[in-house]
Amino acid sequence: MDDDRAAQDMTPAERDSLAEISGQCFSACYQCGNCSAGCPVRESMDLPPHVAIRCLQLGCLGELATANTPWICASCQGCSVRCPRGVDIAGAMEALRQVVLRRTTDRLVLHEIDKEALADLPQLAVVGATRKFTI
Amino acid sequence: MDSLSYYPGCTLKTKAANFERTALAVMRHAGIELTELKEWTCCGATFSLACDNLMYQVAPIRTLIRARESGNSRLLTLCSMCYNTLRRAALFVRADEKRAEAINRLMDLEETECRGDEIDVVHILNVLDEIGETRIRELTDTSPCDLRVAPYYGCLLLRPREIAVDKMEDPDIMERILAAVGCAPVYFPFRNECCSAYHVVARRAITEDRMRKIVESALKNDADVIAVSCPLCSYNLDAVQQQVRARDAGFRTLPVLYLTQLMALRMGLGAQGQDFALHYVDPRPVLKRKGLL
Repeated sequence: MDDDRAAQDMTPAERDSLAEISGQCFSACYQCGNCSAGCPVRESMDLPPHVAIRCLQLGCLGELATANTPWICASCQGCSVRCPRGVDIAGAMEALRQVVLRRTTDRLVLHEIDKEALADLPQLAVVGATRKFTI
Repeated sequence: MDSLSYYPGCTLKTKAANFERTALAVMRHAGIELTELKEWTCCGATFSLACDNLMYQVAPIRTLIRARESGNSRLLTLCSMCYNTLRRAALFVRADEKRAEAINRLMDLEETECRGDEIDVVHILNVLDEIGETRIRELTDTSPCDLRVAPYYGCLLLRPREIAVDKMEDPDIMERILAAVGCAPVYFPFRNECCSAYHVVARRAITEDRMRKIVESALKNDADVIAVSCPLCSYNLDAVQQQVRARDAGFRTLPVLYLTQLMALRMGLGAQGQDFALHYVDPRPVLKRKGLL
């Protein structure tokens, strides 16, 4: 995967669509950090989840634009269930992914995966990955 | 409760055949009749969190249409991903009738509609819980067994709350079932920590890291095996262990089995249906040592 940028040059329309895609605004977050504390993959993220939400709150999309955060998210829902404010952080990650994917830029190209490894995988892993990382 | 429709999903017929065969055997032994859905298709895992694109809900809703056509309002799934996706899709569609209208209109060749409130999707853990520990104990071979089993839940059975099969942070459904079949359940803190799911496809380093943490936690708590109830968790914990072991001879492996494989062995259903060649870390040595094989 050569380009992990979450929201490269996000247009105003794309920025506004984040609320529609995720079904929420993010103003309820008060930065307690519970989400990041419980995130199983935060060590691989450029920005942990609570910082990504902060970027969304403040409109600092430049910083978010160069972060790999939504592509590292494993959709485990740990963040969303533990948020004391009911913010669906996992949903925010999905919205960030969708904005990029809807530019018809797939983030997973199956024919670049080693064929033997691909053949060994359980189907549901491949289906899940294509659901999250391709349009 | 004694007859359910059954939705296998893709992986249960192939890499997770052990899960299917032993689950069906355990259900039969408990007197529960399962009827596989006709003409089932992919459930559409994983559940899409995008609120504005109903195309992502078509696959799971189509599965629920098949379930409606079966005539049985209870649908059993074995795969955690199928369970999570189907239940969440039903709730999503039920929450706004415009969603159901749009999706059913798209699937205009289907003769049946689905509004999301017709089918009760259950996971095998729910059904085993309904059967109850007393009955499970009665159905089990009572010879002693000191197999220490670390039950691993993963994410999708427990989150979000509205579809959780048990308490999200402190589940005990697998521990109770394991105790009922005479195994020794082992608590370990990584039992509901994500295995990294689909990252095994293109970011395997993340999956390796998660697998190490989960397996090491189980080993630290003296587990002999890990029990799972999800084909993806099984692969991420089993196959990825073997890959790490191939590079690092010092890595201590721990066999991974489906809960129903252990139940079938303990219920005297034999090892006949079990294909140990599907495992990556061979469980036979420890199962033999502990008298299950």
